Amino acid sequence: MPRPHLYLLVALLAAFGISWFSDRIDPYHLDVIIGIGINIILAVSLNLVNGYTGQFSLGHAGFMSVGAYLAAAVSLFLGPRLLGEEGGTALQQGLLFLGALTAGGLGAALAGLLVGVPSLRLKGDYLALVTLGFGEIIRVIFQNVEFLGGALGLNGIPAYTSIFWVLAFVALSVFTVTCLVNSTYGRGFLATKDDEIASEAVGLNTTRYKIVAFVIGAFFAGAAGGLYGHFKMTITPTGFDFTKSIEIVVMVILGGMGNTVGVILAAILLTLLPEVLRPIAEYRMIIYSLLLIVLMIVRPQGLFNFKLGRAKS
Amino acid sequence: MSEFLQQILNGLSLGAIYALIALGYTMVYGVLRFINFAHSDVFMVGAFIGYYIGQHVPQDTIGGGLVVLFAAMLGCALLGMLIERLAYRPLRGAATLNVLITAIGVSLLLEYSGQVFFGATPRTFPSVFPSTNFAFGNLVISSNQVVVIVVTALLMVGLQLIVYRTKIGTAMRAVSLNPKAAQLVGVNNDVVISFTFGLGSALAGAGGILYAMNYPSIDPLMGVMPGLKAFVAAVLGGIGNIPGAALGGLLLGTVETFVNGSQWSTYKDAIAFAILIIILLFRPAGLLGKVSIEKV
Repeated sequence: MPRPHLYLLVALLAAFGISWFSDRIDPYHLDVIIGIGINIILAVSLNLVNGYTGQFSLGHAGFMSVGAYLAAAVSLFLGPRLLGEEGGTALQQGLLFLGALTAGGLGAALAGLLVGVPSLRLKGDYLALVTLGFGEIIRVIFQNVEFLGGALGLNGIPAYTSIFWVLAFVALSVFTVTCLVNSTYGRGFLATKDDEIASEAVGLNTTRYKIVAFVIGAFFAGAAGGLYGHFKMTITPTGFDFTKSIEIVVMVILGGMGNTVGVILAAILLTLLPEVLRPIAEYRMIIYSLLLIVLMIVRPQGLFNFKLGRAKS
Repeated sequence: MSEFLQQILNGLSLGAIYALIALGYTMVYGVLRFINFAHSDVFMVGAFIGYYIGQHVPQDTIGGGLVVLFAAMLGCALLGMLIERLAYRPLRGAATLNVLITAIGVSLLLEYSGQVFFGATPRTFPSVFPSTNFAFGNLVISSNQVVVIVVTALLMVGLQLIVYRTKIGTAMRAVSLNPKAAQLVGVNNDVVISFTFGLGSALAGAGGILYAMNYPSIDPLMGVMPGLKAFVAAVLGGIGNIPGAALGGLLLGTVETFVNGSQWSTYKDAIAFAILIIILLFRPAGLLGKVSIEKV
């Protein structure tokens, strides 16, 4: 059964291959593609929590900010010491970046654990609010930590993010979520979503499933945050507010909860939409919000969910 | 001591505004069981109605102030009913999550439309009510604070009378208790829900005017933070519970004012959420809410 691993290997090689040609891609298109990739990681990881496990989290941007800050801190404060004044070779930089992203992801995962253990006892709207509250608290804390730039944020983060890293992490997140959900263990996530009481009755520890989903989701959100920080080269606490969380939730819902392919398509569509509507920039957010309302009324199961007979209330 | 009283007073006038907004959240939650994210933007629209009407009424008079207040309440009530009719009614009976997302969509729509039509730059709210300061020893009470507390108290008494003394109020409570049973005994649920939105939005409109009087810089995103905090107030008091929303608002306003006056003032936006998390973890039903047992 080594097939999924083969896919991952192929995807990583493809990412490496594409990065060879990145010089020939128009820089604007490259930026858009990187933006799409980061959003895919965020949406796919949130889909594990909101889609497959059926828990409604509104704090994804909070975990993203933890990862972004931690990764940026690693490359800003630790980088010069490890690499020396010249900045080191490309390989050294790559290893440092991998370390920074991993640190960001692990930090976010830890934050996910700390948030998840107490709050996952709650359900529905209340869980949404508590996660929203934690996201806002994380933001206010970052605004007050002088060491991390306070309200001004961190500037001058090295631009390590390249199309290779983004594609590699997209592949890794999709691989992890897909394999996890399709494994014997992972059926527990779906069971938790479908009927929590019945799952507990047959002996599943639903709380543990929720926490595992939350921690893994937070890990990838943190890694995406690290990629984002090293892509924009500057991060501010307000960039990770609750509007950002909602943006990610919307991708998951439009894609059809618990449908990885749909969520990827929705992430692509929703990242491209503001770009396409740029000529009418003034009205683009109005159109975006109107689309959201109309879609919820007309296609509540999500834009890309074609499974029949699953219109569950 | 007088500083303590002063802080209490400031806290109560801020809390009164939170309470007004919280009432709208709690009433809508009572009948429809969902968080109306757009409520905070109705509050913003209320302030802008006040801004435009306020330029055409005599300044610094009680009469002019009341005209502005009623105009904002009426405008917001109509807006709230319109939102319910167009966005929420088609989703009656749909999954909670979809309604929640629609509410977020309506909220974004109002915010971005506001930025296009009102402009994104902050405006200065006209002084519609006369403003003076009354001094009692070291204690200073501004007339704005008096207006806030008096108007809020009157509106809450009025609301209490509507909910407990009128036919439509009885119908509201019936729908909140059990929508199907209410329908069976002849309550028109759609009318009741529409009325609830109108009532809640009118209170948000009044809250918008009162807030803008005390913090006279208004912009299309002004509703986000007060809205979130008012929701916290509603949960704190017990969501769906009208006296609870009032109590939660006053408590939250007071706590926030005290934090703002202390050395942790930069954390004042976090304090509301910390309270929310603590209350949800230890007493999810809120201070005045009834603890319900989940049946399988």
